[in-house]
Amino acid sequence: MPVFYGTEVESALLLGTAQYPSPAILAEAFRASRAGIATVSLRREQGGGQDFWALVAGLGARLLPNTAGCHTVKEAVTTAHMARELFDTRWIKLEVIGHTDTLQPDVFALLEAARILTDEGFEVFPYCTEDLTVCGRLLDAGCAVLMPWGAPIGSGRGLNNLWGLRALRAHFPEVPLVVDAGIGLPSHAAQAMELGFDAVLLNTAVAKAGDPVAMARAMALAVEAGRAACRADPMEPRDMAAPSTPVIGKAFLA
Amino acid sequence: MTIRILGAGVMGLAIATELSARGHAVELVDPQPAPGPHACSWWAGGMLAPYCERESAEEPVERHGLAAIDWWHRHTGCVSHTGTLVLTLSRDRGELTRFARRSRGHQAVDGAAIAALEPDLGGRFTAGLFYPDEAHLSPRTALSELRRRLAARGVAFHLTPPAPTPELSIDARGLAARDALPDLRGVRGEMLVLRCPEVSLSRPVRLLHPRIPLYVVPRGDGIFMLGATMIESDRRGVVTARSLLELLSAAYALHPAFGEAEVLETGADARPAFPDNLPRLRRRGATLFANGLYRHGFLLSPAVATMAADHLETGILPEFMDEVSQ
Repeated sequence: MPVFYGTEVESALLLGTAQYPSPAILAEAFRASRAGIATVSLRREQGGGQDFWALVAGLGARLLPNTAGCHTVKEAVTTAHMARELFDTRWIKLEVIGHTDTLQPDVFALLEAARILTDEGFEVFPYCTEDLTVCGRLLDAGCAVLMPWGAPIGSGRGLNNLWGLRALRAHFPEVPLVVDAGIGLPSHAAQAMELGFDAVLLNTAVAKAGDPVAMARAMALAVEAGRAACRADPMEPRDMAAPSTPVIGKAFLA
Repeated sequence: MTIRILGAGVMGLAIATELSARGHAVELVDPQPAPGPHACSWWAGGMLAPYCERESAEEPVERHGLAAIDWWHRHTGCVSHTGTLVLTLSRDRGELTRFARRSRGHQAVDGAAIAALEPDLGGRFTAGLFYPDEAHLSPRTALSELRRRLAARGVAFHLTPPAPTPELSIDARGLAARDALPDLRGVRGEMLVLRCPEVSLSRPVRLLHPRIPLYVVPRGDGIFMLGATMIESDRRGVVTARSLLELLSAAYALHPAFGEAEVLETGADARPAFPDNLPRLRRRGATLFANGLYRHGFLLSPAVATMAADHLETGILPEFMDEVSQ
């Protein structure tokens, strides 16, 4: 199972806690997902979210606070400080938004914030693109996990750049890699795991499904299937058809 | 025996009205002398939209919400029964498909039908959903009317609890009852009121958007109420710049004339909710708690009031009752 900053978690599924129809459904979806890590935001609650944070803390998953909604280094760093105080953890999912429509990360600000936070002792989970150079710089800055997007946040479009994600996996074989954002279907999650990613992080696909609990269960199964498939050393695709049963002795020339 | 009701927001007034209509003697206790900004129902949209709400709410909200329209009509006479129109920008057409799939009681409307329903939106939208059986009311008018009719029937309103302690109290204090109901939490909502005489709408319009859900409720005379955000926070007080930006930009997308509107009022409050966002009745000895209406204050208070009255009259344990103790 994936190991993040020396901590092994029990599941390769990381699940967000936003946008569920109710806290009760959120809790049930978490149980069905068996997710080992819950991400939680604190940007929009403006200091009045204690009741909700207590509910999230009660989910039984390890908490990964995030800086969702931050657009600058300063905002992200301040939010990380608040998160450390509130949740008593050095973990922070670092998200610095660079574009309001696509919500794609501002990788320059991300790198700067990652440097500041790792220097301060944070264990940073950066939400990034699959760009090899950016990812290399984030590792240089002290990040020991990379979380490239599959597609824009909340878009449910799956893995937009398969080649890029595969190249990232090949380039950094020892770094825990998590596909974060863009997962819409269990097949997307399975595909990320089949590529050899260590985990997937998703939220909207479960929270906004008609039946979030059923979708949470489906995602858990998909992540497990993809992970098992990757470890089973899948066959390579080939052009030549190859029969799975012997044809010698049958009248195949007839 | 006079039944004492604590809290004269939408929950307390609805229970008082239901009990009084059934011939019971009631009195209300509220530190404020009239409906006002201290109660979260003051800031409500007043949409009686059980079908639309079902898109994100549990099944009981639709089932019990349907009876609310008739209840408010009977007890206040100020319900507009003109349906709801649900629209989306063409870029977000998928949202409309999803909304249609997850709700019922609607008919698909094309550009011509939209123009017939709401001439000012004609030519701006080519597809939508019309929910003809839904209704809306003005919360402030409705609350004042409930109070006026109760007072006219001789029901007493006290600012502080008079002695002696009554045999039976109903606690309808909303979020203030957290001292007794620890699983109650606040969910923040923000709204604003615009005056825009250029636009005329006959019914609430909901604009679906992947990030910013908006509803616009006409209050008549060119006045519109815009809502609403749903934020997991119990912070009350003023609206944030970001929520204002989002609500106004969505309204501007609905009709550019909203860009010229006067902003008459902004407001924010925290609504009481239980973990499944459904209301609860809890009987503890001589106190009956009624709480947790969440964003469905006007939609579900009639059902909770009816259940509370049924329980007091017959002893039955209604659907929303999850605790009975001595």
